[in-house]
Amino acid sequence: MKKSKRAAIWAVFATLMCLVGTVHAADGSPEIDTGTTAWMLTSTTLVLLMVPGLAMFYGGLVRTKNVLGTMMHSFAAMAIIGVLWMVCGYSMAFGPNVLGGWCGWNPDYFMLKGIDTTILDSGIPEYVFAMFQGKFAIIAPALIAGAFAERIKFRGYCIFIVLWSLLVYNPLCHWVWASDGFLFKQGAIDFAGGTVIHISAGSAALVGALYLGARRGYPKTAMHPNNLVMTLVGAGFLWVGWFGFNAGSSVESGLKTAQALTATQIAAASGALSWMILEGLLHKKVSSLGFVSGVLAGLVSITPAAGDVLPWGALVLGAVGAVFCYYAIELKNKLGYDDTLDVFGIHGVAAIWGAIGLVFFLRPGAGSGSFWGQLWVQTEGSIISLVYSGVMTLIILIVVDKFFGLRLSEADEKAGMDHSLHSERGYGMLNLNS
Amino acid sequence: MKLITAIIQEDKLDDVREALIAAEIGRITVTRVDGHGQQQTTEIYRGLVVVPNLIPKVEVKIAVNDAFVDTAVDTILAAARHGADGKPGDGKIFIAPLEECIRISTGERGGEGI
Repeated sequence: MKKSKRAAIWAVFATLMCLVGTVHAADGSPEIDTGTTAWMLTSTTLVLLMVPGLAMFYGGLVRTKNVLGTMMHSFAAMAIIGVLWMVCGYSMAFGPNVLGGWCGWNPDYFMLKGIDTTILDSGIPEYVFAMFQGKFAIIAPALIAGAFAERIKFRGYCIFIVLWSLLVYNPLCHWVWASDGFLFKQGAIDFAGGTVIHISAGSAALVGALYLGARRGYPKTAMHPNNLVMTLVGAGFLWVGWFGFNAGSSVESGLKTAQALTATQIAAASGALSWMILEGLLHKKVSSLGFVSGVLAGLVSITPAAGDVLPWGALVLGAVGAVFCYYAIELKNKLGYDDTLDVFGIHGVAAIWGAIGLVFFLRPGAGSGSFWGQLWVQTEGSIISLVYSGVMTLIILIVVDKFFGLRLSEADEKAGMDHSLHSERGYGMLNLNS
Repeated sequence: MKLITAIIQEDKLDDVREALIAAEIGRITVTRVDGHGQQQTTEIYRGLVVVPNLIPKVEVKIAVNDAFVDTAVDTILAAARHGADGKPGDGKIFIAPLEECIRISTGERGGEGI
């Protein structure tokens, strides 16, 4: 009897709390949409999973003596950009225009100090959005590291990604994704970061590879991947994580999310299949590295387009993207520059193709206007990202090189990054008792 | 014919290998090994400086005709040292007589087989 009375009081109290909540919502502050919030939290986690995935993907492709140094490039980005994003990155990317629209700034976002109870119109706490976007900011500079692999100083790399994030990523992110960014206002479609992340990272990688110069012995000496098994597992993480990357970019849990997820799956599969067929026809053998390259080519191609193209468009974008990447890498081999892990050849090329090619496959109603208008806006966005990132990267590289040094000494490069930079070894189990 | 076995530091493998190739000694076999020596190397494990009890090294085996022994030894000495004067732990070179050498693909024996 007593128990049920207490339960009744609690029930009344709970109802009152709900009423208070409703009243509050009626005030104009949006209510939390638990479905969207749950999916966005999941997406945030999935995108973070891509960073260790990238570490494994890149780590397996280098030589044994550089495996830890290479994986540390991705992991270091989680720490460095993880902090930088909280301090000022989110503010620069998503605050209102300052400095003539070069970047944004909102004092409330500085140190994330003013968004403790903010709920966005999409029904998610602003913390979720800030953290979701923060994962994108982490993965962009981590991608570039593939072009520097096996020959860059750790300190130089760390300072480089700080400056690159501040001067390249945050402004670009602001231009394309913030509601008052100039490319956003022109109606540029970049669903999940083809322009902001993959074109800019690809361009930076190309400039970085040319600036640093080739590794010792490249391309004459064979440099075998130390562990393709790890590369394949990493590619698997990337494919899975990409569902968060693309489908999460809808910032909802509904139709758009389903459309983006479907397009992502189709493009990844068609990219891999296309690469397999190409290698089978040209070399009579299909390689596992080729397969995962095709997966990535397909995923990058669909990234700018995921929410705005029909399934058959995703199929074509992925398949053709893989062909472009295949020949971009062939071309690199002919030209002889050492973009070690083909960051430009895969991410740069596929993202440019995806950003411009998406115009041909838009679902009815998507896009802002005429075909030609959209084609121009897409091309303009790609060129801006390519040129801005390339030029700024060169300036940052020159400055970092002058004050901190970038390229490993010849002796350190010969000894390997694991030994010379970290005093560690990746594969202790190969030795008896060390 | 002699069998030269050089135990060197891992980070000097590329130096030694490239120097041997430059001295026209291109046929070598390389193994990862562990051992005790004079060297007291330290590693960092989760921020703790530790001294491993067996130290990883690389073993380079080269079968050579007698005329090449001095070239091979001088090349390894020059390439495997840390710094101009060398350091404890740079390794050792063993030379042993080699009774026979047979190339599997052709069946050639002795000096021809090397």
